[in-house]
Parts: sequence; C-alpha cells; structure tokens
Amino acid sequence: MDFTPTPSQTVGPYLHLGLTDARSIGRLAGDGAKGERVWLTFRVLDGEGVPVPDAMIEVWQADCEGIYAHYDGTGDNAAFRGFGRLATAEDGSCTFETIKPGRVPGPGGGVQAPHINVSILGRGILKRLSTRLYFAGESANAADLVLALVPENRRATLLARPDLTRSGYWLLDVHLRGEGETVFFDV
Amino acid sequence: MSSSLISAKGKHPGESVVPFRRHEPGSQPDSFYPAYRATRLRAPSQPLIFLPHTLSEVTGPVFGHSDIHPNDEDLTAQHAGEPLGERIIVRGRVVDGDGHPVPNSLIEIWQANAAGRYAHAKDSHPAPLDPNFTGTGRTLTDADGFYSFVTIKPGAYPWRNHDNAWRPAHIHFSLFGPAFVTRLITQMYFPGDPLFAYDPILQSIPDERARQRLVSKFDLETTKPEWALGYRFDIVLRGRESTPFEK
Repeated sequence: MDFTPTPSQTVGPYLHLGLTDARSIGRLAGDGAKGERVWLTFRVLDGEGVPVPDAMIEVWQADCEGIYAHYDGTGDNAAFRGFGRLATAEDGSCTFETIKPGRVPGPGGGVQAPHINVSILGRGILKRLSTRLYFAGESANAADLVLALVPENRRATLLARPDLTRSGYWLLDVHLRGEGETVFFDV
Repeated sequence: MSSSLISAKGKHPGESVVPFRRHEPGSQPDSFYPAYRATRLRAPSQPLIFLPHTLSEVTGPVFGHSDIHPNDEDLTAQHAGEPLGERIIVRGRVVDGDGHPVPNSLIEIWQANAAGRYAHAKDSHPAPLDPNFTGTGRTLTDADGFYSFVTIKPGAYPWRNHDNAWRPAHIHFSLFGPAFVTRLITQMYFPGDPLFAYDPILQSIPDERARQRLVSKFDLETTKPEWALGYRFDIVLRGRESTPFEK
C-alpha cells in the first residue's frame, strides 16, 4: 500500500472559524507554572513589509526545566502544556504569555539554547513555515548547534529582542519574504 | 543549568530521538506558486535550512477528551434546527508513513455551508448564511486511528484569485499527530469535481498522484441507508525513520 504522507494545503483566510475563534491559546502558562514569565510578540510581514492580518502562529516549547509536555501533560508542572496558537491581528501581530524555556537536549549529547519552535500558517502559505525564536543576549546562543547551521548574517532574524519599555516582553518580526527574510527550516 | 538537563533526561529515561522521514519530491505543494497569487508575497525566496531532528522536532502537544465537547463531531447538531444541504458522513483513518494507526489524535475541521458561504465576518460572497450551520468540528481518532464527522456537503465559492476563480468544494482539516513535524493542515475534496483543473491551490502539488490523495472517495460502506451519503478520507502523517532494531 501507498503510505506517502498526505499533501499540505493552505489554511486559508477563514482559519479563525476552525482554529482560533474558540480555540486560541495565548496563555501557555497557568498561574501555577514555574519559571520566568515572558510575553512574546510576533509580527508577521509580507514581501513588501506589509503586516499580514490573517496568519496564525503556533508555538511549541519546553518548560523552564527543559522538559516537553509530550506525554500526558500531568507531570509536576501540569500548569504548563507548552503549546499555543493565535491568529494575527490587523497589525500582523499576536502576543503569547508563557515561560522562558529551559535548555533541552541537543545533538551529540549537548544542550540547546532556550528556544521556541514556531509554525507560521496563513492564506498564501501552502505549507507550514517552521522557524525558531531565540532570545537575544542569551549566552548559550553562541554554542547552539541549530543556530550554527544558519549563515551568520541571517541569525538575527531568529533573535527576539527585549522590549525596552516593558520588562519581560520580547519582540520578533517574521518576514515571510524579501528584505530581512526570516530563516525557515526544513524540518 | 546542568542539573536541569539531568532532570530532563532522568524523567524519561532511555528517550532517544528517532527522526521522522522527509517528504518525497513532488508530494507536497511548492511554497511559491505564482498562479496562487498570495504566494507571491508570502512564500520564502531563500532556500529552507535543513534541520536535523532534535527533541524539539520529535515531540508535540497532547490533546485529550477534555478538549472535545458533545456534538463537536456532528456539525448538523450544533444549533436548534438542521442545516440546509446534503447531509454527509466523512470517515477515515489516520495512519503514519508505515501504515500504523495514529490513535487519540486531534482532528479539527471547518468548511463553508451548502451555499458556499463561511460563517466568517470576512467572507463577502453573496450567498446565504445558514443560521443552523457554523461549519466547525473536532474529534479525536480512536484507538485504531479512525475518525468520523457528520456534516453537510459544502458548496463551491468564488475567490477572486483570478478572473472567474472558483474553489472546488472542500473541507479544511487540521491534524497534529505525535510531533511538531507531523503537524498537517490540508483540504479534503470531493470526487469528480470539475473545478480541480482550474484550482491553483490543488494544482500547487506537482505530482498528480499526490493531488489525488486529497480527493475523498464515495464509500457505500460509510453511507447510511435513508439518511446520508458517506465519503472516505484517509490521512497519512509522516512516519519515523526505522531504527536499527527494526530492520
């Protein structure tokens, strides 16, 4: 039999109906979640730098100890499920409230720098775009083996920068195409 | 910092990263497909960077029965009355690239009503809304990977991508599977739709056999006498590369 994976199609302009109107998750960390609380604002921009008001962002991340809740979500940090998704607003942005992830195991027995796994979906996006968010100024970034795969002149596209006006807030622009194009991964 | 790593490893001893298989060329759409106009400004121009799978890619969110509500899998039973249109049953099995069932996995769907109109503020197609139809559903696959929805057959609708552009009737499907990399969002079509050849979203998939994987099949076994036609739509998520022990 043929078990070639089913092809992807765009999520289309009405994704909200099925995925975010009643089912968005903007707050990944409940009141009891351990760790450093952070707010991550993504802004999605198209090839002309125009905000994309009909995209959806999904995030998947480890908890503050570097543990993914991929078993049953009932561990000792059950207030944290590690998954979120939001539609972008008219200005192309959305903000997740979460916990800064710990370090997870990486290739060759090492550990990875704190990062968030990110999917971008939307009208005009025929297959999910995968990228990562890292935290600017994090000393572990220098030794991260995934960041090392990215040409140095494009690494900054993955680095969220702190919002200097609000403590705990981080900003990351996602450029789908063209000037300053975000690095997307073949996963 | 090192102590947290030890606890991560100690919590699930023996956990190793078995990567998922990569897609075959032509089996997935091209990101940049100019006939689908919106890709011109939204598809990356730079090549993707190959990422060997780490724990981040092979893990994914878990959903359970608490994420599902009664009537979520019957889109005709979510309002006071029944929606207009042709009642149908959509049933299928979710398997991985080795044909193994994907159990307890969240599936979400959304669609236009029988007249080709979405219950969405931004849909301006001058076709009637149906007060008895929202067009959203969700369910979990059972222990053998099977799922089933009751709904109505959606209508085709115009979408302004090009002159006289119409989308073939379709139902949007969203699936998670076990990992970040098994996430799939796609569309299910109906057999024999004359609009296939004119639809750049479907035609963005280079391989004709791959396009056919999105077309459901009429299924007499799923069809319920005196009640509703049945369509079968099986879905294949990515499978893992075999480990040395499995060879």
